[in-house]
Amino acid sequence: MAGHAHKLEILRGLIKFKSNTQKIWGVLILLSIVTAVEVVLGIYKPEVLMGQVFGMKALNWIFIILTIVKAYYITWDFMHMRDETKALRRVVVWTGVFLICYLIFILLEEGGYVFDVYKTGYIKHDF
Amino acid sequence: MDQTVVSTGTEGKTWGGGNKPLKASYGKMMMWFFIVSDALTFSGFLAAYGFSRFKFIDSWPIADEVFTHIPFFHGSYPMIYVAFMTFILIMSSVTMVLAVDAGHQMKKAKVTWYMFLTIIGGLIFVGSQAWEWATFIKGDYGAVQTTGGNILQFVDTEGHRVAIRDFAVIDDHKERVQDERKKGIWFTSETALPTYTVEEVIKGLETHDNVLIRTQILNEEGEKTVLSRGESLKLLKDNGKMVVEGANLYVNEYGSPLFADFFFFITGFHGFHVFSGVVINIIIFFNVILGTYERRKNYEMVEKVGLYWHFVDLVWVFVFTFFYLV
Repeated sequence: MAGHAHKLEILRGLIKFKSNTQKIWGVLILLSIVTAVEVVLGIYKPEVLMGQVFGMKALNWIFIILTIVKAYYITWDFMHMRDETKALRRVVVWTGVFLICYLIFILLEEGGYVFDVYKTGYIKHDF
Repeated sequence: MDQTVVSTGTEGKTWGGGNKPLKASYGKMMMWFFIVSDALTFSGFLAAYGFSRFKFIDSWPIADEVFTHIPFFHGSYPMIYVAFMTFILIMSSVTMVLAVDAGHQMKKAKVTWYMFLTIIGGLIFVGSQAWEWATFIKGDYGAVQTTGGNILQFVDTEGHRVAIRDFAVIDDHKERVQDERKKGIWFTSETALPTYTVEEVIKGLETHDNVLIRTQILNEEGEKTVLSRGESLKLLKDNGKMVVEGANLYVNEYGSPLFADFFFFITGFHGFHVFSGVVINIIIFFNVILGTYERRKNYEMVEKVGLYWHFVDLVWVFVFTFFYLV
């Protein structure tokens, strides 16, 4: 990194930190808040969020989205992805995201299929 | 004489070599490549967990009922301990990134101190995970496994869990003893017997009117199905095969054995990453103290192990979500 220049803005420039150290603490606070929200939702499980959205509970979608938010800040600010070149960022993120999406799709789809076979087929496993 | 070095005429142009389009050193880029491949490995494991869960979507254990313990406290506190572990790991990620930052400013004393704190955080995390494992292996209430491999748990009429030790009627004359190599035929042995036999549990269920059986099947509200008194007795007598206490790779009192298998495998693999991260951090810590990077006039090595350490934190964020929350 030439001259160790850090980009000090997070949330699309909504918050701009004065120094890299300050940004690190800022990101820690953000990650802690997100984790706290997850834990509180996980303990109390609000009734309104238990409805099904796209084949999964709304609460589970919230958990997954919050996890991706956390992953973003860990990668972008702790691992300094924000300061790397666009090409390096894409090499790492696009490759991973593409392959992981494929993997998740194929395995969850097949898992659901096996469930249906157990449920509606002639295999009996309740004995 | 002709020159042996061929001039291609592309010197100084885009394809003439010597370019660094990614502006990253070799070591750092290789660390990123390793992280991508390791991320795919972990995704494979977590997706396989998802496969098994979707396969048994109507009977998977509820994590909130499995991980409810805190060291030194009795009672049920779901999520609290694992939230603490998550916070410890994020905190050690913060001290690591502070060490990297201090390295950029060539402040040796600060790097040393932050590396030290990172190592302590990593050790606390690994220790917590060991405790979590021990609690999970030891188990809590006990359950009965049926011939088909399903788990039957026990609850009172209000739906609170009841431990087998609290209602089983112990038979003082039981003769079944553990088969060991020194007792029977020298080449046969078996693992430790459960504390109670199925007969003792049946007797206990017969004599305690307020105890009911809870199966693994999730009802409309996402709760486990509780059977009536008559159904409970019938099911236990017809299908009860073995008393299960705690969890291992074969049986799991909390539900599907696959849940325990994936828990041990994924958190174990992650814990091993944390452990190796701690070892690498210790090596770098001593290098910092010895002034290796001070002489090199560059602390990039701290940055590279930092990348690995943050990656371990990143993986934990996903393990936390998919094992404890979703």
